[in-house]
Amino acid sequence: MFVPNENSSLSFKDFTFIMPAVSVGNVGQLATDLIISTLNMPQVGYFHTDCLIPMAGNNPFATSGDDSAELCTAAEVYSLPDLKLAVLQIRTPIIQAKYRQFRKLITSWIKTSGFARTILLSSSHAYQRDDQQIHSTPLRYLLSPAMQRVVGDKLQELEWKEMERVAVFPGISDIEKRLYIPGGGITKGFYTDCCSEDLPLAVVLIFCSEGDNIPDAFSLVNHLNNWLHLVDKPSNASAQWRAPCSWRLLFGSGIPPALF
Amino acid sequence: MATFFGEVLSVYSRAVEEDEDDVEDENEEDQQIRREMELKREVHVEWCSEITQSVMNSSEKTLQCSDFVIAVGCNAAGFLSAYVLNSGDWTAVGSVSLWNERSSGSSRQSGVPSQGEPSCVFYRQRDCPSVLICLCTCYVAEDQLFQWTEKVFGYIQRRGLSVMVLSDRSMAEYKTPDSLFSSGVPFLRALKSSLYGSQILCPLLEQPNIVTGLQAAVLSHCQVHRIPAVLYQCYSDVISADSVTMETYKPALTCLRKLVKLKTCPSTEILKKLVRVNEVQSNLYT
Repeated sequence: MFVPNENSSLSFKDFTFIMPAVSVGNVGQLATDLIISTLNMPQVGYFHTDCLIPMAGNNPFATSGDDSAELCTAAEVYSLPDLKLAVLQIRTPIIQAKYRQFRKLITSWIKTSGFARTILLSSSHAYQRDDQQIHSTPLRYLLSPAMQRVVGDKLQELEWKEMERVAVFPGISDIEKRLYIPGGGITKGFYTDCCSEDLPLAVVLIFCSEGDNIPDAFSLVNHLNNWLHLVDKPSNASAQWRAPCSWRLLFGSGIPPALF
Repeated sequence: MATFFGEVLSVYSRAVEEDEDDVEDENEEDQQIRREMELKREVHVEWCSEITQSVMNSSEKTLQCSDFVIAVGCNAAGFLSAYVLNSGDWTAVGSVSLWNERSSGSSRQSGVPSQGEPSCVFYRQRDCPSVLICLCTCYVAEDQLFQWTEKVFGYIQRRGLSVMVLSDRSMAEYKTPDSLFSSGVPFLRALKSSLYGSQILCPLLEQPNIVTGLQAAVLSHCQVHRIPAVLYQCYSDVISADSVTMETYKPALTCLRKLVKLKTCPSTEILKKLVRVNEVQSNLYT
């Protein structure tokens, strides 16, 4: 259930909607963090649902002491009307038995909000790539038929690679192929839902392994920026993204000085 | 996960374990099992007849309550039992019963559970019925947290309500740029919902620390439903109940003192009584 903040009269009509899939290495979520933090997007509401494990903390995007005491929850919506952009950040895993319910919740919210297009940032296990996928860039995309009509050949012009279908029985028969996104969480199901409900969806994903996935997040968000131009990109350099304060202490607390 | 120095940290895998296809391909029998599991894991809230009566009589069919204090964990619950419930005529007025893998014992109890047994019980004072206290020492599973808050808060009138949560956490979950050894353990950190206006009595929880569990569920519920709420979380290096950790909650008393009559500081003896002597027979050397 989407709960808007008290004072905001919200309209997402014709907005671009970006959300992460909770997937391998949390790359989609990290990339989403970079977008919200860099564009300084204000929070406009909450996604309050039993499909997500609850969490709470102080403002993950605080830049000074003054704005640090703002409570954040498991899923929040950020919006920038000037750019016609809305972003959903998900901070906890989806409860296993409620994947389907969660996808339904999101698709119905997309419909009622009237978003022009949805972009799902996701990732997939690098070790499960097949021979054709192991070559070249680790970045892939998928478009729903409705999105294909909107975007047209734009992504081919950018020389993006579409996610390959893989053989159902590799080594035995190459005739039967299927879409396979291991470790992608709701990605495949959500894509299928959007196809069948004729919603314009683009999945932008990266093959990665678990670990420090910050470099993967930068790759993914730079890739997305080549298409959407969210942040100005100086020539011959990559866009300047701002990592939020919640990314600190990735490897745990400080080390006792007595150790040395 | 092994760190720089080779010690192994218990970080739960962020990879998505099960493929979603498994859930998609479930047949009728799987669905039946899933439904039964859901039914078994349902959270039940029971109130005594007096409360049920007053809820029935109220215009909005909810319980009038100005302050709701929730203690999560054995130290927080122990602290409230020693400082608050020990004085005045507090009586148990309701309880939450649930079943999950880690707290099968707390299913469907009648009456007050014996001391030390994991439970989730509500208390109220006869002469000051607007303050409700909940002591929760049982484990509430991740998929039951949302239901817990929806059901419990469903009974309580939202208007004029203020919520305070006290909870225990392990020191190992606290992140700080300094060494953990240099911070005086145990210590308190606070989180508040945006509508909470009163003074906070300890430092706020710093980024990138987060809270999970029942305390997070309650705070999220309060934030979304615009109920003023504050959480005091105690980080301790002792896993079981201990009197030193319980005393750390003392600053929170300043708020409580306005609500309920408290006995002047109870002696450490009372706190010690609450701390069960950890099974001596399990000690290898006795």
